[in-house]
Amino acid sequence: MEFPKSVEDQLKALKEDMKLNKQQYENLLKLAEKQYAKARVVPGEAVGVIAAQSLGEPGTQLTMRTKWLAGAREMTVTQGLPRLIEIFDAKREPTTPAMEIYLKSSHATSESKAEEIALSIVDVKLEDITSEINVDLAKMRVEVYLDKNKVKHYGVTEKYVQNMVKENFKTAKITTGDMMIGIRPKEEEVDLRKLYGFRVKVKETHITGIEGIKQVLPVKVGDVWMIKTAGSNLREVLAMKEVDIENTKTNDVFETFSVLGIEAARTVIVEEALDVLRNQGIEVDPRHLMLLADAMTNTGSIRGIGRYGISGAKSSVLARASFEVPLRHLFNAAMYGESDEISSVIENVMINQPIPVGTGIVKLKIESEAMGKKKTEEAKEEKAEKKEKKEKKD
Amino acid sequence: MTEEKPSEEIKIDIFKSKYVPISRILSEDEKKALLEKYNISSVQLPKISHSDAVVRALKGKGGDVIEFVRKAKTAGLSKYYRIVVGGSA
Repeated sequence: MEFPKSVEDQLKALKEDMKLNKQQYENLLKLAEKQYAKARVVPGEAVGVIAAQSLGEPGTQLTMRTKWLAGAREMTVTQGLPRLIEIFDAKREPTTPAMEIYLKSSHATSESKAEEIALSIVDVKLEDITSEINVDLAKMRVEVYLDKNKVKHYGVTEKYVQNMVKENFKTAKITTGDMMIGIRPKEEEVDLRKLYGFRVKVKETHITGIEGIKQVLPVKVGDVWMIKTAGSNLREVLAMKEVDIENTKTNDVFETFSVLGIEAARTVIVEEALDVLRNQGIEVDPRHLMLLADAMTNTGSIRGIGRYGISGAKSSVLARASFEVPLRHLFNAAMYGESDEISSVIENVMINQPIPVGTGIVKLKIESEAMGKKKTEEAKEEKAEKKEKKEKKD
Repeated sequence: MTEEKPSEEIKIDIFKSKYVPISRILSEDEKKALLEKYNISSVQLPKISHSDAVVRALKGKGGDVIEFVRKAKTAGLSKYYRIVVGGSA
């Protein structure tokens, strides 16, 4: 019999610790085999229902235990029930996307190096490095005044900023002065209201860093420095040569899916959900979450749980109708001439038949030929018996 | 459902990430043995899109079965299989 690796490792460790000889170890294996067979989930067990209960019960406590981390030097990340719902509903983007960026060992040991990288990835917009952005009504242009210190802080030069602005506004007429950039949109566009709208666009010009990374915070975890961020851009962060690809993660499930594939997304779903529960002081067996994540990723893309996800994709009309909005499902089924095999749980409950769970999953199949033989044999025996009895009577 | 658009390819060695399990494409014989072992047909396997990052990295095509060796939380290591859907077979 084959054990999972964790059990195997434990057995081997036990062998070392107790200094078992070959015979003793074999006995141990036999015992372990028995226990393992007992501990396994039996075929036909309704694991989904058990998972639902195991997650549902602690879920009722989540809402009541919301804690506030006011003033802490931490990023605020959605926690508790809202985050759990977000994960299981497969929301496209988390309310608070965040990343944990680990660095290669050459950069992870010093704070200054971590800080340097942190500053190089934070998304800098033009307004972040200016002292003011004005609208000059006489010249009908937007005037940007750069702040020397801020420009230096993010490690860029005036020239670089000018070039970025030029690249972003190719049609506009750009004049440059000492720490000043004047941007005049092309002739026909200029009117007062448009100029103010233009100012907003100018403010949000991307200058340097990785788009989407809104805040960075280098933190020390154990011996190494890593960077926590608000905002997420996994693809570009992983492409950086200073970043340790192995451990770097984002809490955005869909982003993980598009960059690292469905299996990685599954792992992130499990870990994120476990994290939420653990942060609230709740221990749930990870196997329930793994089952859930497997169900969500079964088709190769991420489906949420609910009407538009897993429940909406069930093949049985009656099962779908019993979940939410029954009339719509029944009407549609009638319109398209759907049929129902009555092969799953809910449909069978509806029509009062045994459900395919536990012992109900077993179907007896008797070979008719064998049946026939037995019947004739039995019949012969019976006849023989009767004959004997008759003879005795006689 | 909706598929992520494969954006402009930046070369990342995705197998370096701990979130991506060790994966390989099964040979035809192995695929047959797998289906026989669990007594299922290939449509019953979990699926993976042909545009998935892992499939693209392995250069898999429709109909291939990919084996993942997951680092599972409880079992240590566990194997999982997905069949590539979409794309030309």
